[in-house]
Amino acid sequence: MKMSSFYHETQTVFGTHKNPILQWIFSIDHKRIALLYMGVMFTLFFFAVGAALTMRAELFSPGSQFLEPQTYNQLFTFHGVTMIFLFIVPGIAAALGNFILPLMLGARDLSFPRLNLLSWWLYILGVVTGLSSLVTGYGFADTGWTFYAPYSIRTDAHVLSTLSAAFILGLSSILTGINFVVTIHRLRAPGMSFFKMPLFVWGLYATAWIQVLATPVIGITLLLVILERTLGVGIFDPTKGGDPILYEHLFWIYSHPAVYLMILPGFGIVSEVLPVFTRRTIFGYHSIAISSASIAGIGYLVWGHHMFTSGMSDTARIIFSFLTFLVAVPTGVKIFDWVATLYKGSIILATPMLWILGSIINFTIGGLTGVTLGALGADIHLHDTYFVVAHFHYTILGGVIFMFIGGLHYWYPKITGKMYDEVRGRIAFILMFIGFNTLWFPMFLAGYLGNPRRYFDYLPAFTPFHQIAGIGAIFVALGLMLIVYNFYRGLKNGKEAGPNPWRGTTLEWHIPSPPPLENFSKIPYVDFEPYEYKEGEPLVQFDENFRRVH
Amino acid sequence: MNEEMAYDMQGKPHRVPDFHEDYDGGKLGFWIFLLTEAMMFGALFLLFAIYFYRYTEAFATSSGMLDVWLGGTNTVILLVSTYTMGLGTLMMRQGKIRVSVILIGLTALMAVTFLAIKAVEWSMDIQHGLYPNSGVLDAMDKGEILFWGLYFVMTGLHGLHIIAGIALMVWVSLMIRSGSVRPDHIIVMKNVTLYWDFVHLIWIVLFPIFYMIGV
Ligand code: HEM
Ligand SMILES: [Cu+2]
Repeated sequence: MKMSSFYHETQTVFGTHKNPILQWIFSIDHKRIALLYMGVMFTLFFFAVGAALTMRAELFSPGSQFLEPQTYNQLFTFHGVTMIFLFIVPGIAAALGNFILPLMLGARDLSFPRLNLLSWWLYILGVVTGLSSLVTGYGFADTGWTFYAPYSIRTDAHVLSTLSAAFILGLSSILTGINFVVTIHRLRAPGMSFFKMPLFVWGLYATAWIQVLATPVIGITLLLVILERTLGVGIFDPTKGGDPILYEHLFWIYSHPAVYLMILPGFGIVSEVLPVFTRRTIFGYHSIAISSASIAGIGYLVWGHHMFTSGMSDTARIIFSFLTFLVAVPTGVKIFDWVATLYKGSIILATPMLWILGSIINFTIGGLTGVTLGALGADIHLHDTYFVVAHFHYTILGGVIFMFIGGLHYWYPKITGKMYDEVRGRIAFILMFIGFNTLWFPMFLAGYLGNPRRYFDYLPAFTPFHQIAGIGAIFVALGLMLIVYNFYRGLKNGKEAGPNPWRGTTLEWHIPSPPPLENFSKIPYVDFEPYEYKEGEPLVQFDENFRRVH
Repeated sequence: MNEEMAYDMQGKPHRVPDFHEDYDGGKLGFWIFLLTEAMMFGALFLLFAIYFYRYTEAFATSSGMLDVWLGGTNTVILLVSTYTMGLGTLMMRQGKIRVSVILIGLTALMAVTFLAIKAVEWSMDIQHGLYPNSGVLDAMDKGEILFWGLYFVMTGLHGLHIIAGIALMVWVSLMIRSGSVRPDHIIVMKNVTLYWDFVHLIWIVLFPIFYMIGV
């Protein structure tokens, strides 16, 4: 007998509905909300990729091909704003986290299901506000995603809607953060102490705290820019005594921790996938858990490395440079733990594992170049060049998004109840991995040689780098399309996945795929570590009443 | 009510947290929310501190133009209003629903008075041409421009919080009427009280930094 899943029934804020669309957009089930996020987010992601490909096409040869300089400014702003604020910051937490977190904790939903729905609605409001300037005829903002004052106060482009959007999205993100923190504190299954939680939960926990503590700062900062533009309060306006450098400080006090907001849930995915595909418990569980927390903590103190060239005392610069090196320590601890897990594990190179291995490689390159940028002398040379652009694409696209895609493959059977095609999955990975490195590695060199960022043109000497990158971009696009196709075909005629196709150990693998409405018929008692294997098989088994039999 | 149990391998029962009526969870969530508010105002206080350090003289002069008596009256009003709000929650817990509703009404009334006094102050300032982007202000010293900019932003934001507070009090009263807030179920009311304490606390800081430094 096939169980009815959350696709068949739901609870909404207004009780029950007949209309399936209303059943979705008013559902307070965390799994449905997760899928709503996923759908909208990936649509936006592909728009932003489209903008990126347009830029790459323009950059294929020096000089102007088909874009006005101002259009280029708006394109990279659109690309950056969409990728950062609409996609990757809420990304893994709101989409995968929402779906998986309660399952991993042994909870029936988040602590505040209605608030969760409200977060989604605010997210949509933010999206609509942000993109509205595209259709109202003013054109998109041209400030870059950082909205630096005083330019953002003066420009004629339509920054107001983008700023307001970022503000609303911040609110949504705060509410999700509160919801996650409370859920993790209150709704763990009996017996599950903090150090028995899966590591993805630890990643989300650290992320949620950053959301709560950092987002209000950017919120008020952007609000001040809004008031600057509408009322002229003068706080960041140098002609009125205001200080634009203070804007940079406040912006980066949020935005540096926000980098970890994007990365920590990704790290969580890595720590889930590795034990399952090496069939052994993860090496250094405690140090991975603690390092998530300490990355979140130290991440607060390093924002100044974005401002080495914008006017800061030498003492401050040296302190910030030093603190920046310090973040590399917990990150390094994590990477060593992962490598140690791989060592002597019986590695199974299934698609999720490939993405995770690829992401570790890319992220290591991104991380090391980040340390380079954290060094004062090097940064003064490399600041605002393509080296920086390559660095953050390595960490975010090559690292975090690879992890995200790996996670999507990993939990695909749980979410859909079906399997995707393994061969197609591997081909897509290879396309993306080669394409990605072809795309971004040359940009390290171009940046090192002095090619500045945010220009629609470059000196002819840089042509080969940009052309190689252009070819890489085509592979990336093909790889992405293949992934989408693979997921689509899996939905249509993939084979049934069963509850636990990967032989995972965490709680979500002990319930049917896709999960029933309230996840668990009975709540299990958790007196075991999250990743326990014995001779390649999960150690812990439950009977149908969720009583442990092994 | 029936509590759900989870059983371990020895068959011992363990209580499952009830996620529908999680009183402590609601409290925890609200405290974290207040933390975000504190971070937001904290950023503004930081800005104020930095500019005060840079333009101490100008800040003191501008502060002298504000009416300490009106500001002080408002401080007293908020102080008393947190007291009535807190007392209202206490009464609710003791089952004295009617008294409680009256106390909430009193609190809301004081909040409205606060706003009215604030409005008088603002319009006086505006009449003197002391508002962002005005010709009068822009002709003044940079420190003064910043002082008035910060003054309007910070008291304005605080005013918005007062308005939200009034809305919350009305909402709580409606919930009491419909029976969703009861003597044995006061989490919503407690959180609103907490919120009001916070709004009052912010004002306790705003008052001296804007009104007192020029005295
Ligand atoms: C899919 C492949 C991608 C390509 C081909 C691509 C390409 C580009 C290009 C050409 C620029 C402009 C460089 C400049 O002129 O300074 C850029 C900027 C940027 N990209 Fe991407 N990108 C991709 C994916 C991503 C992803 C996944 C993210 C983050 C989640 C991202 C975040 C950004 C940001 C934040 C900027 C800076 C925008 C600004 O300067 O304000 N990109 N990208
Ligand atoms: Cu940074």
